[in-house]
Amino acid sequence: MKSFANLLERLAFTAARNAKLRILRHYLEQTPDPDRGFALAALTGDLKLRAVTPKLLRGLMAERVDEQLFALSYDFVGDLAETIALLWDGDQDDDVPLRDAVALLSDTGRTALPTAISAMLDRLGPSERLAFLKLATGNMRVGLSARMARLALAEMGDPQVKDLEEIWHGLTPPYQPLFDWIAGGTRPEHAAKAPFRPVMLSTPVDLDQLRALDPADHIAEWKWDGIRVQAVNDDGVRRLYSRTGEDISGSFPDVIEALNFDGAIDGELLVRRGADVAPFGDLQKRLGRKVVGKAMLDSHPAGLRVYDLMIWDGRDLRDLPHQDRRAILQKADFGSDRIDVSPLLDFATWDDLAALRADPPSIVIEGVMIKRRDSPYVGGRPRGPWFKWKRDPMVIDAVMLYAQRGHGKRSGFYSDFTFGLWDGDVLVPVGKAYFGFTDEELRELDRFVRNNTTERFGPVRSVAPKLVLEVAFEGLNASARHKSGVAMRFPRISRIRWDKPAPEADRLQTLKDMIP
Amino acid sequence: MRADQILHPTEAGLYCPPGDFYIDPIRPVPRALITHGHGDHARAGHGAVMATRQTLEIMAIRYGSDFTESRQVADGQIRVGDTTVSFHPAGHILGSAQIAVQPDKGPKIVVSGDYCRRPNPVCAPYEPVPCDIFVTEATFGLPVFRHPDPLDEMARLRASMEEFPERQHLIGAYALGKAQRVISLARQAGVDGPIAIHGALQRLCDYHVEQGIDLGELIPATAADVPAQLVIAPPSAFASAWVQRFRDPVIGFASGWMQVRARARQRGVELPLVISDHVDWPQVTQTIRELAPSEVWITHGNEDGLMRWCELHQIAARPLRLVGYEDEPE
Repeated sequence: MKSFANLLERLAFTAARNAKLRILRHYLEQTPDPDRGFALAALTGDLKLRAVTPKLLRGLMAERVDEQLFALSYDFVGDLAETIALLWDGDQDDDVPLRDAVALLSDTGRTALPTAISAMLDRLGPSERLAFLKLATGNMRVGLSARMARLALAEMGDPQVKDLEEIWHGLTPPYQPLFDWIAGGTRPEHAAKAPFRPVMLSTPVDLDQLRALDPADHIAEWKWDGIRVQAVNDDGVRRLYSRTGEDISGSFPDVIEALNFDGAIDGELLVRRGADVAPFGDLQKRLGRKVVGKAMLDSHPAGLRVYDLMIWDGRDLRDLPHQDRRAILQKADFGSDRIDVSPLLDFATWDDLAALRADPPSIVIEGVMIKRRDSPYVGGRPRGPWFKWKRDPMVIDAVMLYAQRGHGKRSGFYSDFTFGLWDGDVLVPVGKAYFGFTDEELRELDRFVRNNTTERFGPVRSVAPKLVLEVAFEGLNASARHKSGVAMRFPRISRIRWDKPAPEADRLQTLKDMIP
Repeated sequence: MRADQILHPTEAGLYCPPGDFYIDPIRPVPRALITHGHGDHARAGHGAVMATRQTLEIMAIRYGSDFTESRQVADGQIRVGDTTVSFHPAGHILGSAQIAVQPDKGPKIVVSGDYCRRPNPVCAPYEPVPCDIFVTEATFGLPVFRHPDPLDEMARLRASMEEFPERQHLIGAYALGKAQRVISLARQAGVDGPIAIHGALQRLCDYHVEQGIDLGELIPATAADVPAQLVIAPPSAFASAWVQRFRDPVIGFASGWMQVRARARQRGVELPLVISDHVDWPQVTQTIRELAPSEVWITHGNEDGLMRWCELHQIAARPLRLVGYEDEPE
């Protein structure tokens, strides 16, 4: 438990992704089974334990600490588990194995739970108390996704991320067969039905690069602005996965219900109202929900637009050329009107395709996909067979308002910028951007911030509104949460307009007019 | 004479009418007694200053030798007006002292200043001084503050330096006291190579070495390329362009506040080190129990928590609500 507590603490304070990966990998390399497996499951949210309520914990404290001192402490610390971990009066400092803590939290009955938790807290030092309480309340908050866990595992041995993705959903904590495999043992067999299969990804392309290719060897289709998913029905077991293998079935019961076929299909998850596809913002409202209410299901119905077939009627199609898979796809019956097939585009030359791309029939199209007719379905991002040719980004000229210091490689540099647009004669903040510039430009921006600071708030400075930044972004949503009423997707600084006077920056209304 | 006629808060600071002096005044006064050299306790511009020899020397380093018109080294029992005062080690930083005030008639008052009871390699240990009224700080006056062994914190620093050998570790520590303590602890924990220090620490580190405290090899962190994995700098340096010379550093901060995660996050700290020069909760409550004064006065900090504890233990206590002292001063 000591090393687990240390791991949680390091991850909680480390922002950089590579540093997190290294910390996790070292932990997994140095910790014995089954503790490392339980730790991994706890971090990725796959450890199903008895949920300990805040009420129970408060009850334990009430027996030990004066109510007023507790209230003052909680007020200062701001987190219940942390307050209790710090307040608990114990001078023992056992290194209790993590498996014992997991066993306690999965096997103890409800009535015996308070006493068992209390006895465990008595045995632990403060850092381990916090780790135990975080485990008990199921709230790790260390910013580690299952994808990052797989990246760390991939660095430990031969199996690659895509190999791990493929078997991931058949595994259960504490993952002994997985660690054996990484150590050089045999690959675990699929233990569960409806596994995730690695998704085939594309590389970006532009017109000049396309001219070297023969259009006749390729098909093209729209690139829809939803979420790329894999939907599986394996002998009645239904799953919906994101392209990184996260199981998102829980957020989309309407889609799960529509998977009336036998196979694994690759497509775009979209919110659809009749024939219309709703903007990405509508889909975003459905994401990350543990429970979806009936009202939301009615107002934001989700469906699939299918690009490809991986498994169909018991047959693995992945080795077939794209055109053969496509022929089967055209004839497939999905058994639901929530699922349809992504249509192919009619083009003879790349210029034909460029014209289509410039004027798509729906605002929920972010470009075109180009695929070789003879390409098998290969997991990962092979260079060549599949290309994405995205629409040109939208741009707007905004004024820098605030700057914040960065972390890691950008320590000490003002590298995160809030920018605004004119509304009457005031500048309204509309977004934040922290990339798009070169290292040299970063130094120039940093110098500008330091020389033009008007106020300081901790790591943030407000700057004199004189520098115009050309901001590129991929889309816009109306947003009630933002003061400006709009939220940009993927904003980045495309050019620094040292030449342009701030009064000539764009107006808020110009941005609002771009909302689909 | 009643206790509050011997010592009471004024706008300039704690004032003693029978001795006609102030303790740690925040404004220029004719006569000041200073507990220690931190900027919010020791200010320039007084008529006369009495403090330990080391505190006077530290003030001269920080403010120039003309920081006061006249000065007196506190040594033994000293008559000041109708009182006798004496200075006793407080264990906070080099030269820090508690000030005992014994009026000719009335209760004996000990003003502890900032104090700490954990052994500190850079200063003399705290000495309990029996008294009728004990004046204490309450910087960490909540039961959540139980500062760990600083060597355990150093072990965490060492582990991070081993885990990320290619990254420099920049540790924020206040220039007077904390910085030298962190360097000294790092040496105890086995950091043998050169430690780089920010320019603002140079003179105070030199002074500690002159006073016989071994800090090992220190090199200036001023060149474009600093050849040391461990770098110590005052917290203010992290907002300056100085920090840009380091590529992808691990940012740490040594402070008692680092015990609370939200505090560490607010500062953007990657490696919080809980190292404090103040009494934590067990120490402050233990000290009050041990001295068993008839009354406790609380100068600054989280006085509500300590007031409540005194109430629960039926110890008379009152807050002085002194303003002008920082949480953990530079």
